[in-house]
Amino acid sequence: MQGIPISHFLVLSAILFSLGVIGVTIRRNAIVIFMSIELMLNAVNLSFLAFSNYLNNVEGQIFVFMVMVVAAAEVAVGLAIIVAIFRLRETVHVDDIKLLKW
Amino acid sequence: MPIAIGTTDLISILPIAIVSLFGVYLLLQSVFAPRMNRILIPYLGILGVGLAVVGNFFLIGMEGTAFEGMVRVDRLTVVLNFLFLITAALSLLITISYHEGEHVEFLEFTPLVLFSTAGMMVMGSAESLMTIFLGLETMSIALYVMAGFRRTNRHSLEAALKYFLLGAFATGFLLYGMALTYGMVGSTNLTQIAQYFTQNALDVPLVALMGLALIIIGFGFKVALVPFHMWTPDVYQGSPLPVTAYMAVGAKAAGFAAILRVISLSAFSIAFQWSEILWVLAVLTMTVGNVVALVQDNIKRMLAYSSIAHAGYILVGVVASNDQTVPSVVFYLIVYLFMNLGAFAVATMVAGQNERRVNIQYYRGLGYTQPLLALAMAVFMFSLAGFPPTAGFIGKFYIFSAALQSGYVWLVILGVINSLISVYYYLNVVVAMYMQQPVDEKKIAPVLPGVGVVILVAVLGIVYLGIFPGTMLSVLR
Amino acid sequence: MLQLTLFYIFAVLAVLGGIMVVVHRNPIYSALSLILTLFALAGEYILLMAHFIAIVHIAVYAGAIMVLFLFVIMLLNIRIEERAPGALRYMVYIGVPMAAILFLQLGYLAFKGFQEVYVKNTDVGTVERIGQALFSKYVLPFEITSILLVVAMVGAVYLSKRKLEIVE
Repeated sequence: MQGIPISHFLVLSAILFSLGVIGVTIRRNAIVIFMSIELMLNAVNLSFLAFSNYLNNVEGQIFVFMVMVVAAAEVAVGLAIIVAIFRLRETVHVDDIKLLKW
Repeated sequence: MPIAIGTTDLISILPIAIVSLFGVYLLLQSVFAPRMNRILIPYLGILGVGLAVVGNFFLIGMEGTAFEGMVRVDRLTVVLNFLFLITAALSLLITISYHEGEHVEFLEFTPLVLFSTAGMMVMGSAESLMTIFLGLETMSIALYVMAGFRRTNRHSLEAALKYFLLGAFATGFLLYGMALTYGMVGSTNLTQIAQYFTQNALDVPLVALMGLALIIIGFGFKVALVPFHMWTPDVYQGSPLPVTAYMAVGAKAAGFAAILRVISLSAFSIAFQWSEILWVLAVLTMTVGNVVALVQDNIKRMLAYSSIAHAGYILVGVVASNDQTVPSVVFYLIVYLFMNLGAFAVATMVAGQNERRVNIQYYRGLGYTQPLLALAMAVFMFSLAGFPPTAGFIGKFYIFSAALQSGYVWLVILGVINSLISVYYYLNVVVAMYMQQPVDEKKIAPVLPGVGVVILVAVLGIVYLGIFPGTMLSVLR
Repeated sequence: MLQLTLFYIFAVLAVLGGIMVVVHRNPIYSALSLILTLFALAGEYILLMAHFIAIVHIAVYAGAIMVLFLFVIMLLNIRIEERAPGALRYMVYIGVPMAAILFLQLGYLAFKGFQEVYVKNTDVGTVERIGQALFSKYVLPFEITSILLVVAMVGAVYLSKRKLEIVE
C-alpha cells in the first residue's frame, strides 16, 4: 500500500493559501479579511505538518503549535481593535474608514 | 530526556528576561498598588530598561549559541540589544512628556513597550526561524495595540486596524516561506539553513528559493520596502507620536536585524541569484520614499516616507553582501536611531495637545521663538539628508562604500541622486524654521525635561558619531 | 485506497469551505464555512499522523477562535455586506491573478518535488514526542509564547475597556 503522496497535501495547502490571499484582496469587511488571513495560516500549518511527516522531524509539529498560539493572540487583539473601531464609527468596512486606502 | 539549562543559557537571554519580568512587575504594580502615582510607571519602565542595559554587559565577549540552537550570542547580538534598549528608554522619555500634554492613560503603555522590546531582542539574537517568528510576533502584536493607544481617536484606531491587517497578512507570507524552507532544509536552524544553501549553491532547488523570497516579502512589510510599504504613511500618521518614534526606529531595526540574521548567514552563497531582486527593491524603495516625501506637508507623513527612503539606503548595504554589510548596516541603524528619535521628539514638542500642530507650516519662525529646539531640529534634518559633518553622512558613506566594494556602481549612483532629492524636503523644514514668519501667535509650550533629554542625547549622538565614527566602527568590526 | 479517498473527501470539503469564506457576502456564513474548512483540515492532520495537533487544532480553532469570531459578528450585528463600490473593484483584477500565479508557482513546486514520497507511519505527531521536544529543546520558544500571550491579553483588555480613566 502506497498511501497518500506528500505532494497532495502541499497542493491543497497552496490552494487554501491562495484562497486566503484572494479573500484579503477582494473583501472589504475587516472581519472577513481577518478570517481569510486565518485561512492562510491554516494552509501554512498543513504544509508544516506535511513536511514534518516527510522529514520525520518533530520541529514542524512544534512550529504549528507556535503558529496556533500566535493565531489565538492575534485574534484577541485584532477583534478588540475591530470592536473598538465599531464603537467609534459603527462600521467595519475598510472603505468607510477614510484613511484606509490600501 | 532531562531538561538541561545551564548558566550560559540563562545569561544569554539576561536582557530579554529582565525586560519581560519588569513588564510583568509593572502590570502587577498597577494592580496591587493603585494608590501609587501612575506618572511614576514610565520612570520605572526606564529603570527596568537600565537594568537590562547592565545585564547586557554580561553578554560582552560571549560567542556561541544557547538553548540548543535557539538563540545566538555574538557581537551583533550585544550591539543590537543596546540599540533596542536605548530606543525603548528614549521612547519612554518622549512618552512622559507626551503624557503630560495629552492626559491619555498610558498605564498599560510602559509594559507593552518593554514586552515589544523583548520581542525585538529575541529577533536580534535569533538563531532559529522559530525564535525569529515568535520575536517578530511579540513585537508586532504589542505595536498593533500601541498604534491604537489613543483609542478615542479614530485616526489612531484606524492606524491600528490597518497595521494589524497588513501585518497579519505579511505574517502569512513569512510563515509560508518558513514552511518551504523548513521542508527543504529539514531544520529551522539558521546555521543549518546556511549550510544547506552553501552545499547546494550551484543548483538551489526552486522550493527553497521560493521560501527565501516569501520570507523576504514578510520582512519587507515590517521594514517598509516599497511594494510592501502601503501601510507606513497612514500608520505613522495615525499612531500617537511616541509610538511612531518607537515604531519607526525599533521595528525597522528589528526587521533589518532579522534580515541580517537570515541573509548574512544563508544567502552569501546564493547572493548572485537574487541580489538583483534586492537591488531593484532598494532602488524602488529609495526613489518612491524620497519622491513622495517631496509633496508631504504633514511632518509625520514626511518622516514616514523618509523612513521608507532610509530603509532603501539600508537595503543597499544588505545588497552589498560582503564583510562590510553587517558593520555598515548596524552603524546606519544606530545613526538612524538618533536622527529619527530626535526628529520625533521635536515633533512631539511642536505638536502640542491632541497633536494639532503636525503640519510643517507650524514650524515657521521656530528659529526665533524656540532657538534651541529649532537648532536641534536643524541638526536632525541635516543628518537625515546626509550633510558632511553629521553622522547621517558617515552612515551613508559606509553603506555606499560597502556597495562599491561589491561593484554596485549604478546602485550607489542612484543612491546618491536620491540623497540629493531628499535634501529638498528636509531643508524645507529648516527654511520654514529660519526664513519664514510664524503662522500663528500661539506659543509652543516650553520644552519638557523628558523630551529635552531625548533631544540632547540625540544631538550629542549625531555629532559624536559624525566626528568620531572610528570607535563605534571598530566595535562593530 | 481508503486513505486516499478520505484525503479527497476532506480536501474537497476544505476547499469548498475556503471558497465560501471568500465569496459569501454574509460574514456569518463566511465564519461557518471557515469552521467547515477547519474541521476538514483536522481530518487531514490525522491522515498525516499528527494526532496531537489535530486535537489541539479543533480545541483552539473551533473551540476558541471561531467562537470569538462568531461572537463579535453577532455582537456588532453586521448586516449583509454591500457590493464593493466602483473605485475598489479593481482589487478583484489584481488580487485574483496574483493569487493564481502564487498558487501555480507553489503548487507546481510542491507537486514536482514531492510526488514520489508518501505519508509515513511515524510517531512524530504523538503527545510523547511533542511534549518531550517542547519542554527540552524548544523550552525557550515555549517561554516566549507566554510573553506573547500576556501582550495579547493586556492589549485586548486595554482596547475594549469601556471608559477612559482620566489620570488625576
